[in-house]
Amino acid sequence: MKPAPFDYMRPRDTSEAIAALAQGGGEAKLIAGGQSLGPMLNLRLARPKLLIDISGLEALRTMDEESEAWRLGAAVTHARIEDRRHDFRGCPLLPTVARDIAFRSVRNRGTVGGSMAHADPAADWPLALAALGATLLLQGPGGDRQIPADDFMAAAFTTALRDDEMIAAVRVPKFSPSARFGYFKFCRKVGEFPEASGAAVFDPETRIARVFVGALSGAPASLPGLARDVAERGSPAVTAEAVLAAVTAAAPTLSIIEQRMHAETVRRALRQILPT
Amino acid sequence: MGREDGVGGHVLRKEDDRFLRGRGSYVSDMVLPGQSEVAFLRSPVAHGYLRSIRKPAGSDGTIFTYEDLTGLNSIVSECAVPGFKMSELPPLARGKVRFVGEALAMTVAPTRAAAEDLAEQVEIDIDELPAIVDARASRATPAVRVHEDWDDNLFVTLNYENGFEAQARGAKVVVKRTVSLARQTMSPLEGKAVVAYWDDRADQLIVYTSTQVPHMIRIGLAEALGLDEGRLRVVSPDVGGGFGYKCVLQPEELCVAWLALTYRRPFRYIEDRREHLVVGAVARQHHYELTAYADETGRLLALDAEIMVDGGAYSSWPFTAGLEPGQAVGNLPGPYDFRGYRCKSMCAATNKPGFLPYRGVARTGVCLALELMIDAIAREVGREPWEVRHDNLVAQAQMPYDNVARKHYDSGDYQKCLRMARDKIDLDTWRARQRRGEPDGRRIGIGFASFCEQTAHGASVLASWGLPVIPGYDEASVRITPDGGAEVRVGVHSHGQGMETTLAQVANEILGIGLDKIRVIHGDTGATPFSTGTYASRSIVMAGGAVINACRLLVPRVEAIGAHLMQCATATVRYEDGRIVGPQSSTTLKEVAYAWHRRPDRLPPDCDLGGLEATVSYKPKVDTGVFSYASHAAVVAVDLELGHIEILDYVIAEDCGTMVNPMVVEGQTLGGVAQGIGTALYEESPYDENGQPLASTLADYLLPGAGEVPSVRIEHLQTPSPYSEFGIKGVGEGGAIAPPAVLFNAVNDALHDLGVEMSETPLTPHRLLAALERARSRTARTEPA
Repeated sequence: MKPAPFDYMRPRDTSEAIAALAQGGGEAKLIAGGQSLGPMLNLRLARPKLLIDISGLEALRTMDEESEAWRLGAAVTHARIEDRRHDFRGCPLLPTVARDIAFRSVRNRGTVGGSMAHADPAADWPLALAALGATLLLQGPGGDRQIPADDFMAAAFTTALRDDEMIAAVRVPKFSPSARFGYFKFCRKVGEFPEASGAAVFDPETRIARVFVGALSGAPASLPGLARDVAERGSPAVTAEAVLAAVTAAAPTLSIIEQRMHAETVRRALRQILPT
Repeated sequence: MGREDGVGGHVLRKEDDRFLRGRGSYVSDMVLPGQSEVAFLRSPVAHGYLRSIRKPAGSDGTIFTYEDLTGLNSIVSECAVPGFKMSELPPLARGKVRFVGEALAMTVAPTRAAAEDLAEQVEIDIDELPAIVDARASRATPAVRVHEDWDDNLFVTLNYENGFEAQARGAKVVVKRTVSLARQTMSPLEGKAVVAYWDDRADQLIVYTSTQVPHMIRIGLAEALGLDEGRLRVVSPDVGGGFGYKCVLQPEELCVAWLALTYRRPFRYIEDRREHLVVGAVARQHHYELTAYADETGRLLALDAEIMVDGGAYSSWPFTAGLEPGQAVGNLPGPYDFRGYRCKSMCAATNKPGFLPYRGVARTGVCLALELMIDAIAREVGREPWEVRHDNLVAQAQMPYDNVARKHYDSGDYQKCLRMARDKIDLDTWRARQRRGEPDGRRIGIGFASFCEQTAHGASVLASWGLPVIPGYDEASVRITPDGGAEVRVGVHSHGQGMETTLAQVANEILGIGLDKIRVIHGDTGATPFSTGTYASRSIVMAGGAVINACRLLVPRVEAIGAHLMQCATATVRYEDGRIVGPQSSTTLKEVAYAWHRRPDRLPPDCDLGGLEATVSYKPKVDTGVFSYASHAAVVAVDLELGHIEILDYVIAEDCGTMVNPMVVEGQTLGGVAQGIGTALYEESPYDENGQPLASTLADYLLPGAGEVPSVRIEHLQTPSPYSEFGIKGVGEGGAIAPPAVLFNAVNDALHDLGVEMSETPLTPHRLLAALERARSRTARTEPA
């Protein structure tokens, strides 16, 4: 269980990284924390000719508060979010999600951008950032572009990222002080990927309401009808039947047992945002 | 046993100093000059004819297939049980592959990565055959055979009957159940690991291997290599967990030893985690069809059982594919007093790695099967499960007790032990809370399980299983060092059992030497007397007994020298706490050691020429085993929506006879419980219909971690065995036996009124929710519209 041979480079800046990616023609791969890519290299499931290690690039490691959003560099580790180096005003869900990702040793190295680029359907950031309505900032040889987090993941381990593009940052919008956030995942054991997960955001001031179900066979799925009902009617909208119907419509290929399990995680996420 | 550091002492483990500082010394820590790394190309298919293996040009001496291994014999495990069919496991595949992961070729390079690169260059051509993945299907379809010279797919079928018809006749209560356990791994932190080199000075092949049984591996390697045993030295340094995975001869040991013998330089192989999860999926998979016959109070009258062990492709050396079905037949009746028993026990060959004895050997399965029956009977007759269990347990007044499977239970109070567990878990309080219901909607369940466990069983038991190596006497050697300390040499191996401490404690009990001055030496055939090794919860009884007797042999020799030093008659002195006490004066063991080693002019003229060293063989007075036993009790909360099971409390009342070190006993028990929880709730090595393993990384194979193992509260009883030194019994395996039974009983206690009864390991959320779904649809069908 040792990787096949590869070349390794540490670029000086993002433009050098992008140039190396472009030159690699699909056979180069970025590595930051290596918490997913490392095992795939060892299992020889990933066999890049070149590894471009961007974990040291300062430009990717900053967390900045903007007027309307938090901008997280792609190579910011889960641990730095968990440790609340900032107050994450308007975005309290970020450290809440970060502190339950895998184990501390994984969080010390794993990065937000790496998690999004790897696109494991059961991972936390694809679900949480989709629910928060975050935007990914991508850089490539043709320039920069932005893509909403909930459009980024196309399928399991498949994203909108082109071979020569990299995630530079994630921009997470701030919510009003009265906004409420719900996040629930069901893991068979501490630190494992969840069997099912659900996330919900409701901001009474802006009337933004978003509900997502995660740990599906592909990308997390939005449940817009359920979100609308929750915003309009509150707790009475969150019946077991209504949530199950929404999950079933969004993920019709799941078995009935899986649908019930996913519906229950969504329901528990919703309970966190609704008065009991 | 009044000594602080002797038998019964709460003493910190001597070996933990190096372990906790990360200074243990394992095979993979060894780097020898010029050492090459070895990798194996493993079969990607479960069953097929091996048409060809093509090596790239110029790979001589770096890539090896079966044909290259001149002079290396296959692993053949004879078993004298009538009708047993032998299998032959070649060190590298020959003609046929029989499981995914079977080694096809071996590659050698300066680094492991380069060795794996070489393996990728080998082209293989295999004609695939249908895979036999299910043991019961294997029995039904003899058209496809794992071993073509057999006439079916059964390694062995055992039939046992004792008073069944007479006892079952007229039973008021008849309960039928099916119980299944998944295949799983043992997952020691350290997998297989072996380094071998040729030592010209000793004229010996030196094999460092991570094994529980160095002396037995020497026998096995000598046979495989065609070498006299004197030309082989097997060393087992620190071992990162054995659990049974390392009590057998491994084909990788053969291959690496052959390389070193052939090329006369060092070679090393370290099993990685993926290999372990594929090749090491070797344990626990049993299937039970049970019918219990009881009276209207739930008193068990007779038991009828059919047991199928999914044996995998090859029989192991030396324990064979006959061990598991044999242990299952003998242990199924458990700690209970009943007189009618009929059991058919089979071991089927399947296209999976060959079955190995895992901590608890068959008993984790039989305990789950029988304890589910006890609870099912209790529900059938409408009584508390612990009460029915209690009424059926062998009573203290019946000890020693010969049970329906002709096991001889030596001592103990099984019923009191169960009552202790009941009181410690506080059953009444939990029952009240269960009736009230939980505010979060979860359901509370309380479970019990009792078992007894044959430990340190000797020749009379193992000879009946027909094994090629049978344990009899264990040897120990005790030597007084010139400074008045002691070196204790034993042929068993300590790899987590704490025997560097407990064997020192038993020596301290006799000789009174401080534990810091007693060095326990083990794990080296060149430095220790013979033992078949560490397995079957035998070492503290067997090696401990030998150490005690060796120490006792030294006492009169020390007294004689001491008496002479004090110029008094030997008969007037006595040995006490490291001192030789005479009528007027006393001297010390240290003075005696000094005289023996440095001032022989002071020794008595008729001095015992055995000197200050003694090697003694030992076995208990009765060698059919000393039986430890325990009752576990647990409370769970079951989340009906998500299928999650939380363990709210877990208690154990246990009796392993006289405890040498209660902290070591508890450590052994806790480690076992963690593994038992893995069997119950998490661990599973599933296969698809083509025999492809579906859990080959730790992302798919779940092991319980710190978050999943509850605080376990342990109570002890100490009923000394009448047969062993100090009444000590073995305790290495017990913890791993009862957790599945107790947790399944607890979950079933929570859910039975919903029509749910779980009986298949592991108890995953999906299995639980599927069972609830089935119960729901059954209810929907039977309710009037």
